[in-house]
Amino acid sequence: MKRARRLAAVVAGVTALASVAACGSGSGNGDKGGSAADVGPLDPNTKVSITVGCQPPKSSKALRKEWDNDVAAFEKLHPNITIVSKDAFPCEDPKTFTAKLAGGQMENVYYVYLTDAKNIIENGQAADITKYVSGVKNYQYLQPQLLNVFKGGGRLWGLPKTNYSMGLLYNRKLFQQAGLNPDQPPATWDEVRADAKKIAALGNGIVGYADYSANNQGGWHFTAEMYSQGGDIVTPDGKKAAFNSPQGHAVLQNLQQMRWTDNSMGSKQLLQIADVQPMMASGKLGMYLSAPDNIPTIKDQFQGKFEDYGLAPMPGAQGTLIGGDGYMFNRKDTPDQIKAGILWLEFENLTPGKGQFDWAQKNADKQPVGLPQPNIFTGPPAAEELQVRTQNANLPVQNYKAFADGDPKVKYRLEPPQAQQIYAVLDGVVSSVLTNRNADINSLLSKAETKVNGILANAD
Amino acid sequence: MDISLSRGTRWSARARRGRGVRRNLTAYGFLCAALVCFALFSWYPIVREVILSFQKTNFIGETKWVGLKNFHRIFQDPSFSAAWKNTAIFTLLALICGYAVPFVTALLLNELRHARGYLRFVVYLPVMLPPAVSVLLFKWFYNPGPGLFNEILRFVHLPTLAWLDSSKTALISLVIVATWTNMGSGTLIYLAALQTVPAELYEAAELDGAGLLRRIRHITIPQTKLILLVMLLLQIIATMQVFIEPFLLTGGGPDNATVSVVYLMYQYAFNFNNYGGGGALGLMLMLVLVVFSAVYLRLSRDDRDSRPARV
Repeated sequence: MKRARRLAAVVAGVTALASVAACGSGSGNGDKGGSAADVGPLDPNTKVSITVGCQPPKSSKALRKEWDNDVAAFEKLHPNITIVSKDAFPCEDPKTFTAKLAGGQMENVYYVYLTDAKNIIENGQAADITKYVSGVKNYQYLQPQLLNVFKGGGRLWGLPKTNYSMGLLYNRKLFQQAGLNPDQPPATWDEVRADAKKIAALGNGIVGYADYSANNQGGWHFTAEMYSQGGDIVTPDGKKAAFNSPQGHAVLQNLQQMRWTDNSMGSKQLLQIADVQPMMASGKLGMYLSAPDNIPTIKDQFQGKFEDYGLAPMPGAQGTLIGGDGYMFNRKDTPDQIKAGILWLEFENLTPGKGQFDWAQKNADKQPVGLPQPNIFTGPPAAEELQVRTQNANLPVQNYKAFADGDPKVKYRLEPPQAQQIYAVLDGVVSSVLTNRNADINSLLSKAETKVNGILANAD
Repeated sequence: MDISLSRGTRWSARARRGRGVRRNLTAYGFLCAALVCFALFSWYPIVREVILSFQKTNFIGETKWVGLKNFHRIFQDPSFSAAWKNTAIFTLLALICGYAVPFVTALLLNELRHARGYLRFVVYLPVMLPPAVSVLLFKWFYNPGPGLFNEILRFVHLPTLAWLDSSKTALISLVIVATWTNMGSGTLIYLAALQTVPAELYEAAELDGAGLLRRIRHITIPQTKLILLVMLLLQIIATMQVFIEPFLLTGGGPDNATVSVVYLMYQYAFNFNNYGGGGALGLMLMLVLVVFSAVYLRLSRDDRDSRPARV
């Protein structure tokens, strides 16, 4: 009797929860209470026009031509859909993004960094696309951690485009000159330190290992280094700082020793990404933490050579910081516009061999092919995409083997909450260690912990 | 008769007014355009910024009135006191260097008999460079390794400095950049002021046996007192808003040693998406600058009042 009553209570509870959930989903932003017909595929006789963000700029001739050709091919396939491309460089400028979103100037299908998705979802500035993605062929094979970024309240609000994870970019030429094996990059922080010392010993202003320490980028890399040692920036509930830990001490101690004991980090500090990339391009730097996409930048903007660079997974391999981008939908979009947008994204971003994964075309256009990322798929599409990429590779892919083999085994970690504010605090810690020989790590971490706890306590 | 006279007077007064309005129509047009521009691009943002400092908003979600919470939060931020301290020190140092150097340069240029035009051009040249270019040039000068300044120090067998990479020298390094990039304008203004000083005064002083320093003390400084005072205030207002140097050279580091109030404001608004916090900081800075601006306006008025009326 008691069991039956308990069962009845459970059933009632589940029913109530289901009702609440149903109510919740029905009132979601952007869900205009469409009928069953709305959920079906787009009627080929319905004319739809959508604006789409992040068309490559005119200065990137090959990429723009590829985009325009893709749009033409897509419109031929779907004559009822018109794509109005909007170019921008960079695709998302944090300084204007909020104003554009607030002013209702955002495209129907707009580009976002993964780090912004949560905020947009919380502020109800995206359309709910949950019921429209069932027809996307590779949806079930998208990397879950990327898809999770676009989920909120049990609904889906966007789709990923690319991803990156941090690794160790190194100069193979300097490795050889320093008597190191470029096919065996350092796998631990101790090895990084030892190799950096040997590379710096080459002299002539060569730096063994460089790290950022200004404009919040020091905090960003500190986070990546913490993850690589298995540490954390905030507690799992996001309420307290967690970096005043043995891992935090180890990260800073390692930097302190490389900077002051080994003198392998050079004398110039307060570096940012724009300082380090030219150093790598000019052959003055042995190693720094970076995502694979830095390699084409170093080649294109600073005249580096592809064959000089190798890529390894994060030293320590306990975890790595990931980032990337994707597309979300304007909350004012009609159901037909959402359907058309999803068709476009499937064509351009989510199909191996097409759009951004049309490696044959990119090879023909002399675009770099063979970098180990983006890698947004799992299962069969991942294998298919890798196969097409390998067939058309024009980069020395063997130089990235260590990363390609090792990175998927590393735990992917996202940025902490209130990332920029926390990075600003941690910037001070990293810059102190790199500019003050007598920096007291205990005191620095302790003070930073108090500051970050204040930031987290004030966040709502 | 009386009636027709008064009617005539009224008509002529109206006609005069009409002619006056027509004559000044263009001026009113320009005035309106200027008022619209000021209202849109100066006054509205100021009012909006004041409102913003009492709100919590990201311009997307719901905007809430939060009273003094933004100010409270800013006060709790350890960077807040560092930013004000750095800004005050920067302003003081920039005044000592940036005020004295252009004045002394102007005095020297004023005394020169040859190559005056060429030297004026050389002194003014840094002003013509885009600020970002000047600042990035100094980034190379300050490089502790192969940078120009340390190369010079090595050449003369002096110990090298860490410049921007040390919390002890970073702020003064920024002052040097600011002085170099801005001294051209100040020098030209001082030079113009110096040239208004009647030459007879110097001749009389020379006849009385006054040396260079006495001439400067008893003639140059009193004669240019007002312009010196106005420049001092304008410089305080400008240097307290230092941003580009820490933004491009140090990112506020090392360890907050160069974070300024405006840089912190930028961080709050554009990196932390905390527009209320940025607004609160902006309001505080504005109130401080209003005091200096009021003094400036008062001095300008005194200047106008003290001038002889034009005939």
